[in-house]
Amino acid sequence: MKIPTIKGYRRENGRVGIRNHVVILPVDDISNAACEAVANNIKGTLALPHAYGRLQFGEDLELFFRTMIGTGANPNVAACVVIGIEPGWTERIADGIARTGKPVTGFSIERHGDIQTIAAASRKALEYVQWASELEREKCSFKELYISVKCGESDTTTGLSSCPTVGNVIDKAVAMGGTASFGETSELTGGEHIVKAKAANAKVAEQFMKVWDNYTELIMKEKTDDLSESQPTKGNIRGGLSTIEEKALGNIEKLGKKTRFVGCLKPAEAPSGKGLWFMDTSSAAAEAVTLWAASGAVVHLFPTGQGNIIGHPIEPVIKLSGNPLTCATMKEHIDLDVSAILRGESTVDEAGDQLIDMIIRTANGRLTAAEGLGHREFVLTKLYRSA
Amino acid sequence: MIEFLIHEDKDTVGVAVVDIQAGKKVTGRSLHGKAKPQLKALMNIPLGHKIALCDFKPGDTVVKYGEDIGKIVAPIKKGEHVHVHNLKTKRW
Repeated sequence: MKIPTIKGYRRENGRVGIRNHVVILPVDDISNAACEAVANNIKGTLALPHAYGRLQFGEDLELFFRTMIGTGANPNVAACVVIGIEPGWTERIADGIARTGKPVTGFSIERHGDIQTIAAASRKALEYVQWASELEREKCSFKELYISVKCGESDTTTGLSSCPTVGNVIDKAVAMGGTASFGETSELTGGEHIVKAKAANAKVAEQFMKVWDNYTELIMKEKTDDLSESQPTKGNIRGGLSTIEEKALGNIEKLGKKTRFVGCLKPAEAPSGKGLWFMDTSSAAAEAVTLWAASGAVVHLFPTGQGNIIGHPIEPVIKLSGNPLTCATMKEHIDLDVSAILRGESTVDEAGDQLIDMIIRTANGRLTAAEGLGHREFVLTKLYRSA
Repeated sequence: MIEFLIHEDKDTVGVAVVDIQAGKKVTGRSLHGKAKPQLKALMNIPLGHKIALCDFKPGDTVVKYGEDIGKIVAPIKKGEHVHVHNLKTKRW
């Protein structure tokens, strides 16, 4: 198989990115204002405001640090300014990002105030953005792109067309020696036996079932009804999906026909090698894509039926749909229309090749629909209440 | 003209790929098999929604993708609309 080339940014640690962001990263909710001020001062930088970062503890705190460090470390980020209320956690995040070799500086607000911090951080951000703007794209291999996959506002057309198209790309990309990840733990319910059978070996199968059992246990403990309208969502139901089993069986089409997954990742954990990986994620789009971006994924494939409009600030989200109504009424959100599969005018294999072509174009610089429309959903996963 | 698709030949529901009008004779195509089911639609079935390919009684299992997608909770006739009003999850 001929492996396509793309033009990407090769980072200090050898990883390949397809965007060149200078990120202004708040450590905590109360540092959002300073980060947004810096991003307003220095054009071409990107603030990533979020809701957390205070008084978290235990596994929830570990996930928080993994997410923040992973986001700054993502190959789509050229350089990073970190701003937090105090120096301890600020430096922990800046040091974590610095391990990739990319430029990063932390600033803390206490004993300086917002205005002085914003001034100092703005000077550093200007230096970074001018440096980054002179970096050039270079020839890289398609297989160096770490791809994440997740669908949203699914309907019956996703299981017939857009999810199998992604599965076709997974089969092709993994055969090339690429790296990819799927997740959505709760949304595999009804097809978990099929996912289990796709594990590369008995140990991976057992790990997957343990993660799935844990999530199911949480749902059974917290649920007040049969989750109808939550999982499947009200939008899924409007599109014709009736049960979680039906939704899951469509979702699983994204895993491909031939590919076996080689391991299980904690939320936001980076894969340690090539191949397809399962990550324990929520099925909510923005939370899940934020976790994959933090694990180092540089491009996301997002099948939708009814028209989920999610984007992410640093990981471009390529949207495809096979629902002719959605492709007509929400055209500006859809990067690839695969509705010809429903009409019998195109095969899944042909649609897969079209999607690979769209990944190449996106990697080379084409803005996705979500990027053009300014969708920058950055949503941290919270495991439980803060202290 | 194909009005609905099935994933596997043993599926007991089809997915409308056009808006189906009640009273119309409709034809389906199997994605992974050879079946070409034909039946009369008894209700309007919107694009993306499911049409019953056989009669169901409460407690019956519905098969799509060749797999169990839930249980029937109200009687359904062949050609009627199958959705949350008569099909429920067995899981939650």
